[in-house]
Amino acid sequence: MILDVKDLTLRFGGLTAVNRVSFGIEEGSIESLIGPNGAGKTSVFNCLTGFYKPQEGEVLFQGTSVLRQKPHKITTMGMARTFQNLRLFKNLTVMENVMSGMHCRTSAGAAAAVLRSPAQRAEENRIREVAIECMEFVGILDKKDRTAKNLPYGDQRRVEWARALATQPKLLLLDEPAAGLNYDEKERLIELIRRIRDERKITVFLIEHDMGLVMKISEQIFVLDYGVKIAEGTAQEVKNNPKVIEAYLGKEEEAV
Amino acid sequence: MKEKQSGLQTAAAQAAKKQGNPLGELINKLYIFFDNKKNRYGAVLVVTAVLLYLPMVTSMYFMEVMTNIWFHVIVCLGLNIIVGFAGLLSLGYAAFFAVGAYTTGILILHYGVSFWLTLPVSVLMAVIAGLAIGGPTLRLRSDYLAIVTLGFGEITRLAARNMQITGRATGLVGIDRPALFGMALYKINHYYYAFFILAFLAIFISYRLQDSRLGRAWKCIREDEDAAEAMGINVVAVRLYAFIIGSVFGAIAGSFMAVKMTAISPESFLFTQSVMILLAVVLGGMGKIPGVILGAFAVVAFPEVFRGIGQYRMLIFGVVLLIIMIYRPQGLWPERDT
Repeated sequence: MILDVKDLTLRFGGLTAVNRVSFGIEEGSIESLIGPNGAGKTSVFNCLTGFYKPQEGEVLFQGTSVLRQKPHKITTMGMARTFQNLRLFKNLTVMENVMSGMHCRTSAGAAAAVLRSPAQRAEENRIREVAIECMEFVGILDKKDRTAKNLPYGDQRRVEWARALATQPKLLLLDEPAAGLNYDEKERLIELIRRIRDERKITVFLIEHDMGLVMKISEQIFVLDYGVKIAEGTAQEVKNNPKVIEAYLGKEEEAV
Repeated sequence: MKEKQSGLQTAAAQAAKKQGNPLGELINKLYIFFDNKKNRYGAVLVVTAVLLYLPMVTSMYFMEVMTNIWFHVIVCLGLNIIVGFAGLLSLGYAAFFAVGAYTTGILILHYGVSFWLTLPVSVLMAVIAGLAIGGPTLRLRSDYLAIVTLGFGEITRLAARNMQITGRATGLVGIDRPALFGMALYKINHYYYAFFILAFLAIFISYRLQDSRLGRAWKCIREDEDAAEAMGINVVAVRLYAFIIGSVFGAIAGSFMAVKMTAISPESFLFTQSVMILLAVVLGGMGKIPGVILGAFAVVAFPEVFRGIGQYRMLIFGVVLLIIMIYRPQGLWPERDT
């Protein structure tokens, strides 16, 4: 288990957004978290990455507790994420966006920057190399000098993936990576997610609404409804689970 | 490096063609011209030579104004690190050059310390002040920082006005002029050169910081704090860095100001001073180094050029600023189209 979540509970005042959710992510796998709108999927992501502070539960990443750690510490430990709504550094170039991912893997400070010491130069070169490699991997290298906000939506998505990959993670959390993509782009996304796992040995955990995509690539699926985990298993198992069908389509009595 | 340039060139050329606007094309062409290292260094060399030669041929009044411009270039670039790079709104920047000026003034006047030895102390005081103000507030949103820095600026001035050691309302008078290798620095031309060298250093350091890991981290935080945090950037620490480095720029400028004027008083560090500096940064273009330099020139030169019309000049200045901000909210300096 690369990630082990036990009894995770998050409350906003009287509302329990995430209610005693437990699951584990196998190292080297591709797993998904699905559920109807408002089920608490993004809240779970935000708890894992340190943006929310859950009231109860435990989150172990590679055996170490990351609960209530600062988000930048968690990223440094090797858990990277993307956002549901694009959160690029809009006025920076694609290159600068992706280079930011290497911040947590480097250390040069102000004095080194002003004096441009040999160590600082070597580090800058390394940052560039990693950034270029990540941009090439997602297929955005030809647009590296463009300002992020001037790119079409599909390309902006790719910049976000490249940026997350540049943090050199062990576990990558993708929050609705297919949102807003067309059919071709979705096909390429599926291929990309597989390559991230196979070529880079990164475990992938995603939230997704596109059932076709989820069923195609996930080795394990967890289903969330009203903040509670209602099912888990392979695509086939989840698809035939009556609770899941009920959560998505409603009860039969109601349908009449 | 070569590959990077050609990439930029094609992108810029495409953008220019698409735009079909002559000004945009010219700007892109200029950017391409200065992408070439030789052209860039050549231009810097020519400008520097002219500026070094200037004192030989111009009047004392002109030198005073130019020295004042260099002073503003230094403090504006300092504030630009805080406001332009890191995106933190600071409304009490004058307090930081007050810290530098008073540190130097007190050490020279009361303790007979050599001017050059007061500089490291001045830097240390700026770091302490930066930590004291930034430490507790940089965790909060930028709005709170604006209020705290505003308060800090006023408190510093009022403290200087009321403390024995700072000479109360009269301030410090008769601060000794420093000497460099046995040569006393007392002419305006000496200070012109001193502030010019400092401004040159400020520009150099600003560029080096901008193109570094730290500089990129500042810009990321400015753009999107949460995303920066998710990229593994320690937002609080990196902001504190910006705040302290910006403060040090101000303190050094303040120390030199103290010996140039030989007298400082609380009225030299009014809130309006902080606002003028912020104005220069916003006017020129936050985060754009040449723009900030242009802004510093503008806020000093404009009132001087229009001195003839007396009190109305500030009114006209205000109207001009308003018009600029309506039509160019991103500041005067044009950006490359990418």
